[in-house]
Amino acid sequence: MRFGVVVFPGSNCEDDAYYAIRDGLSQPVDYVWHENRDISAYDCIILPGGFPHGDYLRAGAIARFSPVMGAVREFAARGGLVLGICNGFQVLLESGLLPGATLKNDSLQFRCMYVHLRVENTRSPFTMGLAPGQVMRIPIAHGEGNYYADEETIRELEDGGRVLFRYCDSEGKITAEANPNGSLGNIAGICNERGNVAGMMPHPERAYQAVLGSSDGLGILNSIVSFLGGR
Amino acid sequence: MNYKARITVSLKKSVVDPQGTVVKSALLTMGFGNVAGVRIGKHMEIDLADCESAAEAARMVDEMCRKLLANPVIEEYEFEVVDASNGEAAGQ
Repeated sequence: MRFGVVVFPGSNCEDDAYYAIRDGLSQPVDYVWHENRDISAYDCIILPGGFPHGDYLRAGAIARFSPVMGAVREFAARGGLVLGICNGFQVLLESGLLPGATLKNDSLQFRCMYVHLRVENTRSPFTMGLAPGQVMRIPIAHGEGNYYADEETIRELEDGGRVLFRYCDSEGKITAEANPNGSLGNIAGICNERGNVAGMMPHPERAYQAVLGSSDGLGILNSIVSFLGGR
Repeated sequence: MNYKARITVSLKKSVVDPQGTVVKSALLTMGFGNVAGVRIGKHMEIDLADCESAAEAARMVDEMCRKLLANPVIEEYEFEVVDASNGEAAGQ
């Protein structure tokens, strides 16, 4: 199996993702420049965090027009695994590959901190190696991570079990205090109906070994390996 | 014909605007007690050259708004298209 980490002009978490896959998962991984239109060599595409194209207009609004996104769309339609992290999540939202949008954090502050996440669904390729209700410690770093979607969309996500992670306290309770950005339903990560495209604001790739402060993120990345290995 | 489009993109009424809320409280603190609400949006101006008509220019601007300038999940937009053939030329 082979991972591709997309690099847009302005990405700044591509190295984190690259090292987490190479050293944390011991899997082959390449950087994929955003002008690339052929990603057929890969089994999983990571859209990393950063400020692609300056995040002008809206986070991810311009990145969605990068040539690679056409390829990512086809890749996803064929069932390929796509994980958007932080800004990568926002690119997926702007592309329509995932529903909803992110607003400015309700605090109006850029939040760079560890948060706790509760695992809500362990049937997706990104969470199958985790335990239901498991609490993970993963960092966030964003100013616009306030997940929003209209009521009908939220209902579809909830009813379809498509909420993968929620912000919670250290005991797994979903509280307003544990919500770092105002996201509806404390939603931190979601997937599409088919389950092969996922996005999350927190950074699992920044938590792949204890020396970084947490190795909990490795569980998410390992799930991808288990899924692809068993396919 | 050259036209200028003036576009306002703002958060939908149903979406909480945290920036507007903070600015409102600042204005109240300053003593502007009549301030009942503040919404913050974006203003854009687009110069259009060599359009067939104002209707054609408006059709294009509407498409631009729908496809890029506004995110329909959270934002709404309005715009006006004015004749810019005399006076400031489009593109400058």
